[in-house]
Amino acid sequence: MRYLPKSPSDREQMLREIGVKSIDDLFAPIPPNARLTTDLKIPRQMAESEILDYFRQRGDENGKGYASFLGAGAYNHYRPVVIDSLISRGEFFTAYTPYQAEIAQGTLQAIFEFQTMICELTGMEVANASMYDGSTAATEAVMMAERITGKTGCVVARSVHPEYREVLATYGKYQGMPIANVGFGENGRVNLDELDKTLTNQACVLIQSPNFFGTIEDVAAIADLAHKKGALVAVAIAEAVSLGIVRPPVEADIVAMEAQSFGVPLGFGGPYAGVIATKEKFVRQIPGRLVGETVDKNGKRGFVLTLSTREQHIRREKATSNICTNQALIALMATIFMTIYGREGMRELAKQNLAKAAYAADAFKKAGAKVLFDGAPRFNEFVVQSKADPYAINEALIQQKIIGGFVLKKFYPELGNTAVWCVTEMNSREQIDAVAKEVSR
Amino acid sequence: MSINDKIKKATTHVIQNEGLIFEKSSPGKKGYKLAPLDVPEVDASKLLGNVERKQDAALPEVSEIEIIRHFTRISTWNYGVDTGLYPLGSCTMKYNARVNEVAARREGLANAHPYQPEKLSQGALKILKLLSDCLIEITGMDAITLQPAAGAHGELTGILMVRAHLEAQGNPRKKILIPDSAHGTNPATAAIAGYAVENLKSNDKGMVDLAALEAQVTEDVAALMLTNPSTIGVYETELHKVAEILHRKGALLYMDGANMNALVGKTQPGKNGVDVMHLNLHKTFSTPHGGGGPGSGPVAVKKVLEPYLPTPVVVEKAGGLLGFEYNRPQSIGRVRMYYGNFGMHVRALAYIMANGPDGLRQTTEDAVLNANYIRKKLEGVYELPYKTPSLHEVVFNDRIQQKKGIKTGDIAKRLIDYGFHPYTVSFPLIVHGALMIEPTESESKEELDLFIDAMKAVAQEAEENPEIILNAPHTTRISRLDEVRAARQPILRWKPKAQSAAE
Repeated sequence: MRYLPKSPSDREQMLREIGVKSIDDLFAPIPPNARLTTDLKIPRQMAESEILDYFRQRGDENGKGYASFLGAGAYNHYRPVVIDSLISRGEFFTAYTPYQAEIAQGTLQAIFEFQTMICELTGMEVANASMYDGSTAATEAVMMAERITGKTGCVVARSVHPEYREVLATYGKYQGMPIANVGFGENGRVNLDELDKTLTNQACVLIQSPNFFGTIEDVAAIADLAHKKGALVAVAIAEAVSLGIVRPPVEADIVAMEAQSFGVPLGFGGPYAGVIATKEKFVRQIPGRLVGETVDKNGKRGFVLTLSTREQHIRREKATSNICTNQALIALMATIFMTIYGREGMRELAKQNLAKAAYAADAFKKAGAKVLFDGAPRFNEFVVQSKADPYAINEALIQQKIIGGFVLKKFYPELGNTAVWCVTEMNSREQIDAVAKEVSR
Repeated sequence: MSINDKIKKATTHVIQNEGLIFEKSSPGKKGYKLAPLDVPEVDASKLLGNVERKQDAALPEVSEIEIIRHFTRISTWNYGVDTGLYPLGSCTMKYNARVNEVAARREGLANAHPYQPEKLSQGALKILKLLSDCLIEITGMDAITLQPAAGAHGELTGILMVRAHLEAQGNPRKKILIPDSAHGTNPATAAIAGYAVENLKSNDKGMVDLAALEAQVTEDVAALMLTNPSTIGVYETELHKVAEILHRKGALLYMDGANMNALVGKTQPGKNGVDVMHLNLHKTFSTPHGGGGPGSGPVAVKKVLEPYLPTPVVVEKAGGLLGFEYNRPQSIGRVRMYYGNFGMHVRALAYIMANGPDGLRQTTEDAVLNANYIRKKLEGVYELPYKTPSLHEVVFNDRIQQKKGIKTGDIAKRLIDYGFHPYTVSFPLIVHGALMIEPTESESKEELDLFIDAMKAVAQEAEENPEIILNAPHTTRISRLDEVRAARQPILRWKPKAQSAAE
């Protein structure tokens, strides 16, 4: 086996020095009747060339070479090559959680930079070292609001990513967390009157902005309403690139963001990186890891994992969350991405997305399609209603090697023949024009 | 002979200083170039109105070469498996095969959108199916979900399935039993799943005390969460009996599979009484730990728990195509959006293929051989609190060195000077002052011998020159960091000098 660095004679010598006759003696604690005596039924040992061939074939079967207008929580942005070049350094990708700070300063400093950049983008005061993904971050945000307010339950907007809401429902069901829904109005934004009625004594209101339809919510108005009733506001952000041009949700108490847009491959849904950012006064209720600055005994600046008494390490069954890890390598991708684009580039990139989506919505309308929720601002996604079944429209587009928008029927049957379309800097004018005709059917 | 002469693996070399990326920033520097916009420009304030961002985020402004140097320089301050032995017990730091990385970055896999049509997702679905089949075979279970994003996330998924199953029988029950040797995530998981936690004492062999278990399993107990092999590297020899005691009272056996690297190809937990278990793909199946993530924590179950698997599950559909099934009325629901950390699934499958049945068995054997070799060579130099046979890891304690005022954490820091990443210091809780060592199969005899020499040298220093240990590390870019200060006066983000001075 090519990954194993011992020769047969090394093994024999080591067994001799241990003082056993055979390797089986070392497995004596496993009772004979519990032992596997035959080969596992898995593929045989394969050469590197065979392995790569297998995955090349699977990649080719997997929609290779299609243009795509899918967003819906996972976004197709250009990934500068510098990202993979840097994250492939063994010192980053083969390291573990930085428990021994003196030989993990690379990871620790990168996370500190990540936390700083996330604060800058979200308008929050502190950010954690990342979470599994946006859906679990949103759920942890609600649990965090319960701890802060001492109240239970939440009101969640139906315009929050349906899979985020499903994850919240799973956690909530077993924790005795009542979850109420609030719908959306004609403009695709949270219905404020309905929110006013639905919000009674819950711990928080969870919204997403831009929401699942691409509409940007009026966070200030929602926060105003919620705060008057003693509830916190948690804002989920699925499309982080929006923060380059869209006002950050500064009125929120907790921001639960998905960082996939920042240079993380779509990768058929993962791994991604969630983030929780919040106000300084809530820092001790943040789940997951945090990196803090400190000094060594010579006064030199250095970084350590800190405030870990909140989580499972120490309090065990009193833990605020069972999350044990973060997504350091993915957070590093995001950090490098944010560094590459920087202050101006993030705005420019976001503005390109805004322009492309605006052009597409216009082109679709001109071709005769109906764009829903036109009364509120949006970023790079919008909902199109068609006469034809959107699945049929998408089927026709596949013949042109184009993957159309996300069909909303599954989650929003009341919206009829609709799909949410996403247009990023990766979609050319040519592609958009090609699609416009089909969409108007 | 000076101490430095004993250090065979490490030597001092140039370590470059590097500030924070923000400190290199100057307005107007750029690390990007966007393609020209091929549609008309828009007036953002007209489109967005009062939701337009008025002030840019203060992200750094630097050039590409500065980005490369910055992250390359700070990377050299990290120790990785590529650098050398990383014997962090219970974390299984093994070699990360490069072919895994190439496989995961294949076009069509890396660029695949989770919502692209199923008929354009057959490649990804085949990977999910084949990996599932392999893991079911390795664990000896009946069904699996690949959705959980990490081991602890898998624990929660598994316990929620237990809960859903018991609820379906009319009573979710109230408590989860957890041995005192368990991973810290186990009790946290039980609490998040709405259960009370009851501690179960280990016996003098570090195993479950069957009599104590018998007495503690009541109709209120939902499950026992058992790490096997345990955190002291000991196999639960009477796993069958543990399962029997639980099953008699209608409770289930959850196995924390974090230490599965000791068992793959040698025994199948599902055939020995385990009802539900998670795997850590980043531990046993060589997906990179990445400085703390991403992980992946699939959960394998017996038939009885299959209806409760998170949605969706991969099934064969009409026409021989694979697809996702969402309509599963008894499912616990979803624990993560989309289908889990697919990129990690690709890597784990590539690793399984590179090994095959013979390679996986040899891997397990080498891991156990390495741990026992270290155990043999260091026994007596460090105290071995449990004499029970070790599998993949060995746990010593610092009792001998404590007489000179030296604790496990100090020895760990001195080990850094000798060119090694330290072992685990904070764990398991049943061993005071633990030195938890897990070499994995990835180490050659030469590297193990260097490590053993280093451990012996530190033990000798403890007798002769304790100060050098207490002040370690000496050769790193920074010396021991003030963790108390970090917690008491938290600085969790960078601020420009002028701004922080004004506050």
